[in-house]
Amino acid sequence: MAIEQKDGKQVKEAVNTAIQRYGATSDELIPILNEVNRAVGYLPAEALDEISRQLKLPKSQLFSVASFYRMLSTKPRGRHVIQFCENAPCHVAGGREVWQALTDELHLKDEETSADGKWSLVTTSCLGICGVGPVMVIDDDIYGNVDPKQVPSILARYH
Amino acid sequence: MKYYRSHVLFCVDPECLKKGAHEVMDAFQDELVAQGLIDEVQVLETSRIGGCANGPEMMVYPEGVHYTGLTTNDIPYLVEEHFLKGRIASKFVEEEKTFVDEELSAPTAKEVRVVLRNCGKIDPENIEDYIAEDGYQALGKVLAEYTPEKVIDTILASGLRGRGGAGFPTGKKWQFCRASAETPKFVICNADEGDPGAFMNRRVLEGDPHSVLEGMMIAAYAIGSSQGYIYCRAEYPIAVRTLNIAIEQARAMGLLGKNILGSGFDFDLEVRMGAGAFVCGEETALMASIEGSRGEPRPRPPFPAVKGLFAKPSNINNVETYSNVPQIILKGAEWYSSFGTEKSKGTKTFALAGDVKHTGLIEVPFGLTLREVVYDVGGGIIDDKDFKAIQTGGPMGGCLPKEYLDLPLDYEALTQAGSMMGSGGLVVMDEGTCMVDIARFFMEFIQDESCGKCTPCRVGTRRMLEILERICAGKGQAGDIETLEYLCDEIRQDSLCGLGQGAPNPVVSTLKHFRAEYEAHINEKRCPAKVCKALIRYEITDGVCTGCTVCARNCPVSAISGERRQTHVIDPDVCIRCGICMQVCNFNAIVIK
Repeated sequence: MAIEQKDGKQVKEAVNTAIQRYGATSDELIPILNEVNRAVGYLPAEALDEISRQLKLPKSQLFSVASFYRMLSTKPRGRHVIQFCENAPCHVAGGREVWQALTDELHLKDEETSADGKWSLVTTSCLGICGVGPVMVIDDDIYGNVDPKQVPSILARYH
Repeated sequence: MKYYRSHVLFCVDPECLKKGAHEVMDAFQDELVAQGLIDEVQVLETSRIGGCANGPEMMVYPEGVHYTGLTTNDIPYLVEEHFLKGRIASKFVEEEKTFVDEELSAPTAKEVRVVLRNCGKIDPENIEDYIAEDGYQALGKVLAEYTPEKVIDTILASGLRGRGGAGFPTGKKWQFCRASAETPKFVICNADEGDPGAFMNRRVLEGDPHSVLEGMMIAAYAIGSSQGYIYCRAEYPIAVRTLNIAIEQARAMGLLGKNILGSGFDFDLEVRMGAGAFVCGEETALMASIEGSRGEPRPRPPFPAVKGLFAKPSNINNVETYSNVPQIILKGAEWYSSFGTEKSKGTKTFALAGDVKHTGLIEVPFGLTLREVVYDVGGGIIDDKDFKAIQTGGPMGGCLPKEYLDLPLDYEALTQAGSMMGSGGLVVMDEGTCMVDIARFFMEFIQDESCGKCTPCRVGTRRMLEILERICAGKGQAGDIETLEYLCDEIRQDSLCGLGQGAPNPVVSTLKHFRAEYEAHINEKRCPAKVCKALIRYEITDGVCTGCTVCARNCPVSAISGERRQTHVIDPDVCIRCGICMQVCNFNAIVIK
């Protein structure tokens, strides 16, 4: 199965909803991009085209913003995005072994998406829940105190 | 305000939610309704009661009973026993030993809670709880009795300094912004707490959001602003939610909006979410991000107090700074300045992490020594190992060795020692830590988070990382230390913002205090702490090894050979230094050389 592509109409709808919610001004650009990224899964070129047209901003500027922030993606993402915390507190609490288990299980490296479009594996900045490290987030679910042995069963919850 | 005979706090942390905390809570409320107790028992959502491992869990006050391992089926029994018959349902009571809040436990003798005073005690989603703890009284006092100048004088007299890390006097900042003639003016709260391992601000935003709102309102009155922004990082979705609820409730009560408390003062607030960029914690980058651009810093001057957000005068402070303000107004500048040292007044929150027995959040008066923090508040080093270093100030801070343990925590003292206060991360490292590896680790982080605007920071940190990686891999060359020193100087001098200027700090401080470790890596190809894989060798001690073959059977790469009942041998060329043999050996026969 190929990566699920939203068609142009859906992308346009997502853009319209976001702009309606925040208003068509340049200082609302990041909230708009955040929302479209969330609705579509990433920021396809059509989305940037449409935002550029409605906000009357050059595409180059939009792309420079979209590519700057870690949580915005200009490349398609899998159906489930695994964000793994790679920072010191999680690292020393056993994060390295969990990362190894994840990459072994998924055969993916950082920033990669699986060929069937199911998984994207990315690292994230500190989530501030270091008390329960190692920590990872799959979609909106947060997992703390992760043990490498738990990885297969956690992944099995997602279809 | 309604009165209840009993308050029940449900933990809604992710881990408990996964185990069905919401379902149990719903069942509990249904049962209260069924038993006619719903008006007598208040049900609240909270965070980190401490027994998540056995969740779902709840606390019942005033008894202070901690129930864990609850399912929806247990609820009718529990309600009948505890709330109807008044007996503690002992089979669900969590044993005391697991009752530790890793983020916030009961304060030790040396702690003073000003910023964290309400965290975990009040319902952050109910403004009345905050008001019951004297909330918004300071705002009332200021609007009714104080001129803006008097507010600024009080903050100046308290000695409050910026808790974001730089330690600039808060009253002075407000004074500058008030003096700017241009309008409108903005009040901004920096809630982009990005330092790995630091979560003091998250705790305040999630546990006591109104204290931040009230502090911002007082600042707005002092500088003459009617619009504020809270820039919160996107990695903190719960904080964003709590803030939005708090703002809505304050608005509904007329504490935000037009003509607040009939005083003629107008002020409103908006939460802006980041999108994942560490550098946005830098104030000019943060403002660029609110404006909808790349979060890149710009040169100062002009300072934000003159030309800030949307090129208008802006006052920007950190979460912790604002949350101190209401208490200063209520209890007086003299009370506040009675805590701390001559130049660093009040208290500071820290996130204590690393190889220390009690990790988590602490709040202590300035002036406590590092030794008191590590041994009295933190309980000492895990397994009573030797202390090696403490890193203060986050990724751009420095590592201080044990000679500095009696250094008082104070802005100037830390800076003089070659580290810094920063936002409040404290990482304790024991004797088993390789300082070159630590420097490499932080450089990797900084290199990744450099926004790319200034070449010295973008390219220089990359070159530094490459050298450090090479040293850790056993390929260090003569001259590497000198090159690192040269790069440190250049990057520090030629970068625009705090990130670039602070970037070399982990290397500068480890080179200063642990130079011998660098030299051992480079000249002797030896890692004294036995951490860097390329520089260590696992060996089996003759005479201790019983030839039980367990190591050979567990080795993933078959690097171990030997006859039964004979001492085994590890082939260093095949060995991948995974350490499994050492873990499985029952006789401690395997050592790292």
